[in-house]
Amino acid sequence: MPDPTRPILSVSGLETRFHTRKGSVHAVNGVSFSLAPGELLGVVGESGSGKSVTMMSLLRLLPTPPADIMAGRVDFEGQDLLSLTEDDLRKLRGSKIGFVFQDPMTSLNPVFTVGHQIMEPLREHLKLDKRAAQKRAQELLELVGIPDAERRLRDYPHQFSGGMRQRVMIAIALACDPKVLIADEPTTALDVTIQAQILELMKDLRQRLGMAVIWITHDLGVIAGIADRVLVMYGGQVVEQAPVKDLFRTPKHPYTRALLSTVPRINGGRAHRLEVIAGQPPILKSAPVACSFRDRCPSATALCAGTNPPLTDHGKGHFVACLNAEMADV
Amino acid sequence: MSDLSPKPLVQVRDLKMHFPIFSGLLRRRSGAVKAVDGVSFDVFEGETLGLVGESGCGKSTCGRAVLRLYDITSGSIAIDGEDIAKSSQSDLRSKRSLMQMVFQDPMASLNPRMTVEAIIREPLDEHTRLSSAEKREKVLELMDAVGLNRAFSGRYPHAFSGGQRQRIGIARALALNPKFIVCDEPIAALDVSIQAQVVNLLEDLQDQFGLTFLFISHDLSMVRHIADRVAVMYLGRIVEIAPADQLYAAPRHPYTRALLSALPEPDPSLENTRERIILKGDVPSPANPPKGCNFCTRCPDVMAICRDQEPPEVDIAPGHRTACHLYSS
Repeated sequence: MPDPTRPILSVSGLETRFHTRKGSVHAVNGVSFSLAPGELLGVVGESGSGKSVTMMSLLRLLPTPPADIMAGRVDFEGQDLLSLTEDDLRKLRGSKIGFVFQDPMTSLNPVFTVGHQIMEPLREHLKLDKRAAQKRAQELLELVGIPDAERRLRDYPHQFSGGMRQRVMIAIALACDPKVLIADEPTTALDVTIQAQILELMKDLRQRLGMAVIWITHDLGVIAGIADRVLVMYGGQVVEQAPVKDLFRTPKHPYTRALLSTVPRINGGRAHRLEVIAGQPPILKSAPVACSFRDRCPSATALCAGTNPPLTDHGKGHFVACLNAEMADV
Repeated sequence: MSDLSPKPLVQVRDLKMHFPIFSGLLRRRSGAVKAVDGVSFDVFEGETLGLVGESGCGKSTCGRAVLRLYDITSGSIAIDGEDIAKSSQSDLRSKRSLMQMVFQDPMASLNPRMTVEAIIREPLDEHTRLSSAEKREKVLELMDAVGLNRAFSGRYPHAFSGGQRQRIGIARALALNPKFIVCDEPIAALDVSIQAQVVNLLEDLQDQFGLTFLFISHDLSMVRHIADRVAVMYLGRIVEIAPADQLYAAPRHPYTRALLSALPEPDPSLENTRERIILKGDVPSPANPPKGCNFCTRCPDVMAICRDQEPPEVDIAPGHRTACHLYSS
């Protein structure tokens, strides 16, 4: 494994806006984080918190317009991904950085065979000939645990079940041995038993291939099981960042605590009522000047409306963006 | 359940729902998808029965068949003492006020061209003889009950968020004061924090109106919270049914055990100590289920007898029934 202290991917000050007829929506507001080689970084938050938009922005996968990346740097192997030309970026996408999309039905092309779609990045990026690509595609399908791989290469996406399609997506993303894999809710559409299979597969692949993974989800249970470090996003900002055990043991941001308490437990006593986070996540029409969680926050004070709390270091890799984090800790 | 001898509001016996497959040039019937294949259960008055299973196991079909949204293949369904298994659709229409349904996708189950008021009023138009002023009053009461602002009665479904749309669907189901509501994955399309709001609402309404729920979901942790008893379905059959606490504390059927162990634990320190049972492969096709036990292709404890004979349902504890050869001798 390469030097583990030097991040393979680092993002700083990323800002993405969507320009619509009703004005612009500030979807990502100054997101910074880094990813170490071989690390699994979990990203959690409600829908609309900017998780997917952040990751799509890294590879400039969002259609422009309406999306517009206003500011920020994304360093990957000494290059700034945001200033690369479209051609150079194409060479990275799918080869050095893989992407697994949320919905395996809509992100596979229904009119091409699965084999064709796995071979596409191999032939495009690695310049393999047809026979070599076919052999590699078969290996990949076997790697992700699809039985009878040779025959299945000739099948179309609709002939696969949901779990199998998601494996195909993972196989495509892994085709060129990426350094970084970005997985956007890869198990959300799947059943728990299939999800458990995919999670095992990811753990196994990470050990064998040593790639770094960014795993986007809203399921905290999944994160607890596989992540090394977690980013919690809210209103297009990172509100808390911590190693997974610290985050679950001592969550410091009120939003993280609220998220954790809404999850019903599978053991121990049953709560009489489920905890809820009242209200809705905000739609930001302008850059945040105050804490965007303050309207739903149980420990909000007058100060919270005055400043947008910066992400501050609480020691041991634990960062929190909350003015009352210390107080609420007691 | 407060009474000592709760009486079943819904009794389902050996319910089968097979969908024919037609193929070939003449569209001859060549087989059947056995979506629900011999399911029996009771739902007691005032309780919530959770029905869980993976997608494709037939849980939604089962819920719809119980309300006779399909013409069932065979079996009997009694609701409040009346057998509705063979009732004609026009007879059923008069009984619809007793039994209602909340659908999975709140966007697809609300007419986008009707206002909220019209949507909630529709069952009243159909089944009651109230004056329009009375109907309007009732609609507004229902909106209060499910936590929707009265001022929004003239809006259309697209103007609402997912959680609010589900509330509209619930208000519509409540309009005729039903006794029995089938909730088909009412929270699957919602965000985690909104899921909790809707589940709390359903529980409040149950207390307030004395409702009986059949709660269909694939979310085992949410079912544990809301249900009094839980039935686990696999490939068209109920493999285990038990009081919720008992089922989660001591699952007996190998499928239930695997399903529960596959649940992610939201606590990393516990997560690593848990023993995972990872099932191999996918659910077989319900058009061509395996011989013997339906689960024999994926079962970690499979025995020779499982591939040959269908396991009978046996009671292993009071109210705890399972269909597995491990317990049948």
